[in-house]
Amino acid sequence: MNIITDTALEKALDAKMNTTPLKMIGKDVSVYYGDKRALFDVNLNVRQNTVTALIGPSGCGKSTFLRCLNRMNDTIDHCRVTGLITLDEQNIYDSAIDVVELRARVGMVFQKPNPFPKSIYENVAYGPRIHGLARTKSEMDQIVESSLQKAGLFNEVKDRLNEPGTGLSGGQQQRLCIARAVAVSPEVILMDEPCSALDPIATARVEELIHELRANYTIVIVTHSMQQAARVSQRTAMFHMGNLVEENDTDKMFTNPDDQRTQDYIMGRFG
Amino acid sequence: MTTSAIIMIIIGLGIVTYLVGRARAVTLSQGKLSNMHSRPVYYGAYAAICAMLPALAVLVVWLIAAPIVVEKAVKTSLSETTQEISVATGNLTFGTVRAIAGGLTKLTPEELARAKAGEINLREILGARGVPLASETDPAMVAAAEDYNALNATSRMAMTGVVLLVGLLGAAFGLRRIAARFRARNGVERVILVALIAASCIAILTTVGIVGSMLSETLRFFASVSPSEFFFGTVWDPRFSAAGNANSAGQFGLLPLLAGTLYIAFVAMLFAVPIGLFAAIYMAEYASPMLRSTAKPLLEVLAGIPSIVYGFFALITVGPFLRDLSANLNGLVTGNYQSFIQAQSVLTAGLVMGIMLIPFVSSLSDDIITQVPRAMRDGSLGLGATRSETIKRVILPAALPGIVGALLLTASRAVGETMIVVLAAGVAARMQLNPFEPMTTVTVKIVNQLTGDLEFTSPQTLVAFALGITLFVITLCLNIYALYIVRKYREQYE
Repeated sequence: MNIITDTALEKALDAKMNTTPLKMIGKDVSVYYGDKRALFDVNLNVRQNTVTALIGPSGCGKSTFLRCLNRMNDTIDHCRVTGLITLDEQNIYDSAIDVVELRARVGMVFQKPNPFPKSIYENVAYGPRIHGLARTKSEMDQIVESSLQKAGLFNEVKDRLNEPGTGLSGGQQQRLCIARAVAVSPEVILMDEPCSALDPIATARVEELIHELRANYTIVIVTHSMQQAARVSQRTAMFHMGNLVEENDTDKMFTNPDDQRTQDYIMGRFG
Repeated sequence: MTTSAIIMIIIGLGIVTYLVGRARAVTLSQGKLSNMHSRPVYYGAYAAICAMLPALAVLVVWLIAAPIVVEKAVKTSLSETTQEISVATGNLTFGTVRAIAGGLTKLTPEELARAKAGEINLREILGARGVPLASETDPAMVAAAEDYNALNATSRMAMTGVVLLVGLLGAAFGLRRIAARFRARNGVERVILVALIAASCIAILTTVGIVGSMLSETLRFFASVSPSEFFFGTVWDPRFSAAGNANSAGQFGLLPLLAGTLYIAFVAMLFAVPIGLFAAIYMAEYASPMLRSTAKPLLEVLAGIPSIVYGFFALITVGPFLRDLSANLNGLVTGNYQSFIQAQSVLTAGLVMGIMLIPFVSSLSDDIITQVPRAMRDGSLGLGATRSETIKRVILPAALPGIVGALLLTASRAVGETMIVVLAAGVAARMQLNPFEPMTTVTVKIVNQLTGDLEFTSPQTLVAFALGITLFVITLCLNIYALYIVRKYREQYE
């Protein structure tokens, strides 16, 4: 895998990592779906301008934790979240926090590409329109163009911005969804297995994109693929049966993990 | 033996055959059911079917054919004695004969002998015993009636014998066929398949039959009134009093009725669409699961109320209320307490019909809105959109084709609705735009034309079929178009 990135920037960011401020802090986070407890007192921090990968077997709670970070769990009936999650030292479950504003700051890309049944342009313009980010048509054009550019999609679609977003290929659709998330200028981008519905080539493009986005955004990614976690992330957190097993630098995690279960999972003994 | 007794016996035979067949299969299996091709119940069922189906078929055919044969025989002998040729009087006489035949069983043998000799007035005696006769009798008729009774009795005896024999033979055949490798299960399933096909054929053939009969009556109507007069005429004046008079056929202009139908349907949709749609949005997007599970069935109860109930709700509550309301409003503004809304009006009918249609709109739209994939909602909410923005900008546009289809289905109901408009819209056929005045609809006029004592030969009654088929074509087109749209929409997410 040949990932083209700004290596100098990469190195600088890596060196700074242990001193980088914490963007989000999760403390004793527990989630209940009705009577069933899905997460048990998870303590996990997200560092600024870092890609944090959440790994673990199916049903281990990694997606649940991800969805806590922008309160998408609120949309699920009977779901209850306890504990403390902060964004820039502010409790996001505080009643003073507007969930709509929170989601504008913490964007999300989903497992399955889910472009709206609108044109490519309208898909990207959707968020900025809602939040009033552009005052004129030309400003909106600019936001759409730069977002598509950041998502590495602009050159492929610049001649057909008015065609429906659902007509793109799977990989293009997912990059369109990333562009849509980027267009709102979030601080954190959550990605829930963004490549699981994509072929290897489209996956490589999205992974490359994640590397580029790291410079400007904080990224949390849930993935099933150990290789993907190793390729794209700097920090990795391993979940198992609703518990956080281990959180560590990705390099260390994949070479010399602290926990036996992590080792077993990475070696493919379960999961 | 009566027909019902025969049927009971055949059913009894079937049950016995079933039990015997099953027992026989169990014995044949020698304690190991897998020795047999099918489970014992199938052998029992197969034998029972062999016993019952042919016997019942013979019974049905006999019941249909026997009266025809008997009637023909009696009529032949009657016409030999009385020299009556005309079909109409022949039928009339035969009717009397049949009535006498029914009455003869109530006479004593002595009376019967005297009646045959023509010594007593049979009409009086039978009248006293509860058998009215249309005309005086003569000895030939009494003789024919006796013949009739005798023939019927013979036929019934023969039928009983034949049917029971066929049943027994069938049972014996079915039981004999039971063997280890006999595929009873396949046989039974073939019979079930045929029954299922027959059931669906009945539904389809009935539709075809109804359309066919409507078409033929419509053609008879168009023989006396030209289609262009009917479809483009602007005056509805069927002139009931002149019915039967060939010179004044009346005027049958469809347009005033069609205008009323569409106007009332439009007013109804005006009430039903926003309310139903908003209710659907609330139910699908906002309501908690508990509220939804109670409120949705309650809303759908509205759909189960018979439309005649809405009709008199309109007639005795809504109509007078609107009239009084308009009188009071008028009084407040001008000081003149005269109502400008009539109790029977387009508004009354449309309003009540709208209430009736709310559950259709809301239930259909609810289904369509909940069909929009969750990923769409998540995508929008994940970008920081509020729920209402999500609904307005993502869900409704995505669901729009389906909702339009649902509205078309609802509109076709509104166009075909009868009872509410009969009671609430009035009968005046006119073309006007004031919703406070009465107007009438196609369905109301069909009811009007068919109630009363008219024979089905004049254009005054035949026009009902022309109106009916026009309505049928309109609603059919709406339904087909709606289904087309709904189906096209469905393909998007599958």
